[in-house]
Amino acid sequence: MTDAPTRAAAPVASPLDPERVSADFPILAVGPNTGRRLAYLDSAASAMKPSQVIDSLRATYESAYANVHRGVYAHAAAATENFEAAREAVRDLLNARSPREVIFTRGTTEAINLVAYSWGRTNLEAGDIVVTTELEHHSNLVPWQQACAATGAELRFIPVDDDGVIDVSGLDALAEGGRLRMVAVVHVSNSLGTHVPLDVIVPWAKSHDALVLVDGAQSVPHRSVDVQALGIDFLAFSGHKLMGPTGAGALWGREELLAEMPPWQFGGEMIRRVEYETSTFNDLPWKFEAGTPAIAEVTAMGAAIRYLQELGIDAVHQHEVEMTRYAHERLLDVPGLRVLGPELGVERGGVLSFLIEGTHPHDIATLLDTYDVNVRAGHHCTQPLMKRLGVHATARASVYAYTTREDIDRLIDGLAEVRRVFGLA
Amino acid sequence: MDDLYREFILEHYRNPQNYGTLEHPTFEAEGQNPLCGDELHVQVEVDDAKVITAVRFTGQGCAISQAAMSILSDEIIGKSLEDVAKLSREDIVELLGIELTPVRLKCALLGLVVVKMGMHDHAGTAAPAGWEGVDEISWART
Repeated sequence: MTDAPTRAAAPVASPLDPERVSADFPILAVGPNTGRRLAYLDSAASAMKPSQVIDSLRATYESAYANVHRGVYAHAAAATENFEAAREAVRDLLNARSPREVIFTRGTTEAINLVAYSWGRTNLEAGDIVVTTELEHHSNLVPWQQACAATGAELRFIPVDDDGVIDVSGLDALAEGGRLRMVAVVHVSNSLGTHVPLDVIVPWAKSHDALVLVDGAQSVPHRSVDVQALGIDFLAFSGHKLMGPTGAGALWGREELLAEMPPWQFGGEMIRRVEYETSTFNDLPWKFEAGTPAIAEVTAMGAAIRYLQELGIDAVHQHEVEMTRYAHERLLDVPGLRVLGPELGVERGGVLSFLIEGTHPHDIATLLDTYDVNVRAGHHCTQPLMKRLGVHATARASVYAYTTREDIDRLIDGLAEVRRVFGLA
Repeated sequence: MDDLYREFILEHYRNPQNYGTLEHPTFEAEGQNPLCGDELHVQVEVDDAKVITAVRFTGQGCAISQAAMSILSDEIIGKSLEDVAKLSREDIVELLGIELTPVRLKCALLGLVVVKMGMHDHAGTAAPAGWEGVDEISWART
């Protein structure tokens, strides 16, 4: 099953050279424990930053910094221009119709909260249904739990099978007995890599006149995502997972929906006219951007998007598919190791969660760190999914544009060492 | 960091001391570290002089949490409750003889937190300042 995120005119991707890409990432050159290259396999948590992004942050503060939008002097104009250029970069990345549809947020979490508050608390009521999946990161689960608790709407779940693959066979029953209003789903699971079949879920949601919000935190940095082609209503992503700074991300929403939604935070920037008793609010997108934004970070997120586009997002995706498959195959050869999530050959994002019989994921991650191989261990902010799969925690390796075959070989060598230390080899 | 998994720790992980259950514990408590899913259930037997005569625990989780509980159980048998109440974070680090990052320190402290909370719950005294709700560790009377 595939949705159709690839743009029609996409050129054939030229293969990515991860060694050349890595040269742009100063932090990868020398690991803190061994002095060898850092085998960073935790990009699903946060990506490393290329010099182009670091330079952008420095350039803002050194040569184009002031508060945005209202200043009349040269620096203010330059800072505003660069900040708004990032909005255009997001628009272009997502193939949105207008930059007015791009709201800057601190990241995915704040973007989803914006919709859950502004749209959710205005529109949801008892008898309404919000549907999400059993895969969700807490950031696309807890805001909807809260919105439903506050409004009396009911939260329902599209189930996963034991491989963590979405089971769409019971979709129709999920809409029975109420009014389906919102379908808020992750695009690619951060815990398992599961690819959610939007090509099935979106038409189903639309047949019930429901809105669709997509958590794009693990898809936008890694594959071409076209919000118009997907036919969705909202999409959230984080800049820091796209090689940009922390503290900057975006919500994309269809303009006619955003225009009807009330502001959710109030103060400077988001107003048009203020009197002591009452105020009127600014136009889109600034209506949703109260207070001074993360000026340098948003500007540098624009640089990160341009960097990703220069690498070629399809080339990055193709590289990740190859690295993920290679890592998956090699992991399956490790005795006692179980990979969770979709089977080899089933479409997945660049995320591999695994367990080794007889060791705890935290011990695996701690030992791998001694070899400067970085993986994450824990519940990955998906506690209900872990419970559903009957595990407390997993170790998780994830790939990006700078991941090399050697990084994965070092992971496998490190796991052999883990097994030796724990007396399993 | 290599030292974290020295043989001393691994031996306690593989063959924990005082693992199991007591028939007539004086008090018991359990705790979890939701960060990594470490779990410990600790039972303690105390004599009339308020000296610990037996400890048993069950649990699952990372090597640090389980080994630390095993080492702690050896340490507190024969000690008075008063002495156990005085045990600090630093004492645990010293007992383990390893350096821990803040995240892994939580794993190492789980056992002591459970013992302290069980003890104070049994005595009906308030948990000592700074220990109730240590970080993300939760506990429950059993």
